[in-house]
Amino acid sequence: MAHPSPLSEDAIRQRLDRLLEVEFSFRDTSLPAAAIARLPATQQAWLLEWVQRVASTHVELGYQLACKGVEASRLMSAESFAEWLYHAMDRYDAEGLRPALLVLEHYPEFAAEQQARRQGALLRNHEGVLNRFLQGLSGRPLKLAEAEVIFTDSETLYLPTLQSLLPTPQQNFELYKVSCALLWAQIRFGTLRALLREPSIEEPFLQLFHALESLRLEACLERELPGLHRSLLQLEQALGSTLPEPWEVLRKGLSAPDVDASDVIRMAHQNLGQLSPYPARGYQGTLKPERVRSCMEHRVQREKARFRVGLNTLLEDLKPADRAEAAETPRLHASQGEDQDVFSGEIEILLDDMPLPLPEAMQSLKRSILLDLGEIPDDYLQPAGPGEYDPSLLQDESRDADDVWHGSYHEEGAWLYDEWDFQRSHYRRNWCAMRERQITPVYDDFVNNTLQRHHGLIKHLRKTFEALRHENRRLKRQREGEDVDLDALVEALSNAHLGFEMSDRLLTRMQRNERNIAVIFMVDMSGSTKGWINDAERESLILLCEALESLGDRYAIYGFSGMTRKRCELFPVKRFDETYDDEVKARISGIRPQDYTRMGFAIRHLSALLRETEARTRILITLSDGKPDDYDGYRGQYGIEDTRRALVEARRSGVHPYCITIDEQARDYLPHLYGPAAYSVVDDVRSLPLKVSDIYRRLTT
Amino acid sequence: MRSFRLDEYRIEEEPFYQPTGDEITLFEAAYHNQLPILLKGPTGCGKTRFMEYMAWRLQRPLITVSCHDDLTASDLVGRYLVKGGETVWIDGPLTQAVKAGGICYLDEIVEARKDTMVVIHPLADDRRVLPVEKLGTLIEAEPEFAIAISYNPGYQSVLKDLKQSTRQRFVALEFNYPTPELEQAIIVRESGLDESRARGLVKFAAMTRNLKGSGLEEGASTRLLVHAAKLMVAGVSPLSACRGAVAQALTDDPEMLASVNELSSSLF
Repeated sequence: MAHPSPLSEDAIRQRLDRLLEVEFSFRDTSLPAAAIARLPATQQAWLLEWVQRVASTHVELGYQLACKGVEASRLMSAESFAEWLYHAMDRYDAEGLRPALLVLEHYPEFAAEQQARRQGALLRNHEGVLNRFLQGLSGRPLKLAEAEVIFTDSETLYLPTLQSLLPTPQQNFELYKVSCALLWAQIRFGTLRALLREPSIEEPFLQLFHALESLRLEACLERELPGLHRSLLQLEQALGSTLPEPWEVLRKGLSAPDVDASDVIRMAHQNLGQLSPYPARGYQGTLKPERVRSCMEHRVQREKARFRVGLNTLLEDLKPADRAEAAETPRLHASQGEDQDVFSGEIEILLDDMPLPLPEAMQSLKRSILLDLGEIPDDYLQPAGPGEYDPSLLQDESRDADDVWHGSYHEEGAWLYDEWDFQRSHYRRNWCAMRERQITPVYDDFVNNTLQRHHGLIKHLRKTFEALRHENRRLKRQREGEDVDLDALVEALSNAHLGFEMSDRLLTRMQRNERNIAVIFMVDMSGSTKGWINDAERESLILLCEALESLGDRYAIYGFSGMTRKRCELFPVKRFDETYDDEVKARISGIRPQDYTRMGFAIRHLSALLRETEARTRILITLSDGKPDDYDGYRGQYGIEDTRRALVEARRSGVHPYCITIDEQARDYLPHLYGPAAYSVVDDVRSLPLKVSDIYRRLTT
Repeated sequence: MRSFRLDEYRIEEEPFYQPTGDEITLFEAAYHNQLPILLKGPTGCGKTRFMEYMAWRLQRPLITVSCHDDLTASDLVGRYLVKGGETVWIDGPLTQAVKAGGICYLDEIVEARKDTMVVIHPLADDRRVLPVEKLGTLIEAEPEFAIAISYNPGYQSVLKDLKQSTRQRFVALEFNYPTPELEQAIIVRESGLDESRARGLVKFAAMTRNLKGSGLEEGASTRLLVHAAKLMVAGVSPLSACRGAVAQALTDDPEMLASVNELSSSLF
């Protein structure tokens, strides 16, 4: 169809009426239909398709798009247009209809912002690079976050979402970089420390101090990072900002290497009221001492606790016996180098005048403490038992999944996974909240009964699996090798006697044939497995473990279930690093049917786990009784398409997915999900235990 | 056919080695007491250079074997080869060193196959004998013979760890990246680069070492810095030298590369 003819207004109106369910509402499609009818045919088709995709999320959104689409498409490129709609749908997913409608409503602003985006740099796109850049600079992890103004609270650097002051993306990225470096310099060269020593901070003083201090920091950067300072100067030029006359003179004074932040504080006090700060340059931020104070207080306390407890364990490791005898506490003190600079001056912790070697974690704690305080105060050097402090100071917070469920729902601490919406042809961002939950181990005779009942089968399985184990093989007739191959030698010698050329393949070599396989079994724990399917699954797992133990492959078992996207659950039965012991056996015995079958998140999470495992072959085997199905619309085509997408992602990242199922209708959809080769349907539930091991054997040879 | 002539393994000229602690005294004391030595430390921090230096200092031939995952015991001990219709026994590097009283240095020992331990263990305790299974003999080591192995504890793979039974036979010397001043001196000495750019390189290395564990497996080693310095001396711009000799050598991840390059371009 080279030039399809445009649809008539009536036809468009009918189509819109159908898409937007006009029958059941009071929506009027005549105006949008008239507007769309004036478009060329390809444009019409394109726009109507978008209306369809958006209406699949919410009809009202589709209607609004139909009304505004023609106008909006004039303002935006096709790419920005798609971006706009995805943004609206993401807002709908995250916050509901009203914010999404607002996004659609404000399309001119969005179009303008898109323009800025094209020339600007997005923090989101550069976060990774900037993060590592900062980690490289500072040695202590600094977080990046989005905010309206540029500032730091000494732990997080706040930067604008979009930087578009300069005409090209590259320059705007440079702006980010220079802002980062200046904020880092505030931490590194003592700005924040000096500022917090001030008893009260008035706004005019703060601004003047910041203006002066920025010049000092720029000079510090010039000394430390000359390359960065060069790009700072270029930016200054590009931004067209020049310093007023008196400031140029001040800059010279502030650039001396021996000026420190407390000198600048004094200067600011002296000149308060006489000097007005120059206009801030685009990469400069602001100072927010109150944010720094609260953040620092918390950290200082935490690090003090960790440092002292760390010292204690260190000392106990060093001389366990001596200390018990000599009741006196060991003398610890910090060597203050000549050099006051906390970075170049090596401050060492001395134990009875001998330097105490600090492990990596303590080193970074020490560095962080020095950054905050500029020294190691004496009371930090009193080793403390862990009992002296609130344990919450010593550990990063983590929440028990069960507790979270009992409270009101929030996404804190959960893994968030995208989900594929086939109607939208796009992901729903961070849609599933996944948590790991524990299976209550059941110590009963299920395992023993299974082992007894399948006694003969297990013996058989062990034997076949052991045969799989690739023992070292001796290769004969090799050019290189550790031993002489006598057969080959005799043959070669007789050949030589007969006047033939003598072969040089006379050695034998041991060849290692290592199985290098990591496999995760993903077991359906949905409610529909209740009864004999659950029993068969558990029996299969027992047999499988018995067989795999003799094979030596690395394996893990996880159960999956859930109810709605907000409660996706994985149940670790056996992790990679756990051994097949009584606890694991009891967990297998304790596998109980739970709720629904949402598969996408489980596949995404487990294939991520597999990717972290070092192995040549990575396999993800799903044991299931039916197609994907969940309470909140995760059924039919939606569920199948999301699962398929997750499998495609897994395959792309080097994981081989395989499905074993007992769903008789599975032949309809499994080829679509796994591809025709990568699944088996087991017709008889009773044969599942045997089949699973058998399939695994075939799969890995 | 290959043959080993031990004299070729003698080191005539003094190799440059900058001591960072008391490792020379320790090594000498261990050597004179016939104790085997284990060198620990990240790659490129001077372990091999240290061995060369010590071999020169003690005037013993040094036989270095770089271990790989196909290295077997017979690669170390020796094997029969067929030569003109007859089988001939050829000593492996370890046997050579044992017989001639040289120093055998097994680099990255964890990479070798497990069966090599069978021949290393009896050499590394007070028996000091090398069993040659195929000849059915035990060779007693000369008094001057020494065995040294190296390993990098930074590899966090469970498969590549030294067993306790092995580690507890050795006197361990820990190596680490030298202090900034020393490292700068080493770069200047090895490459002839000027002080200020060498200082920049050392700072750059510290930044990459900060990234260890957050995307980089290892920070830049002294060896890489020397490479970069040599490139700079040859007229390559500091940025391209850091990019080629350090950044690309450290990682393939494009985002990481960008970050490391930003760091170097901030410095130079």
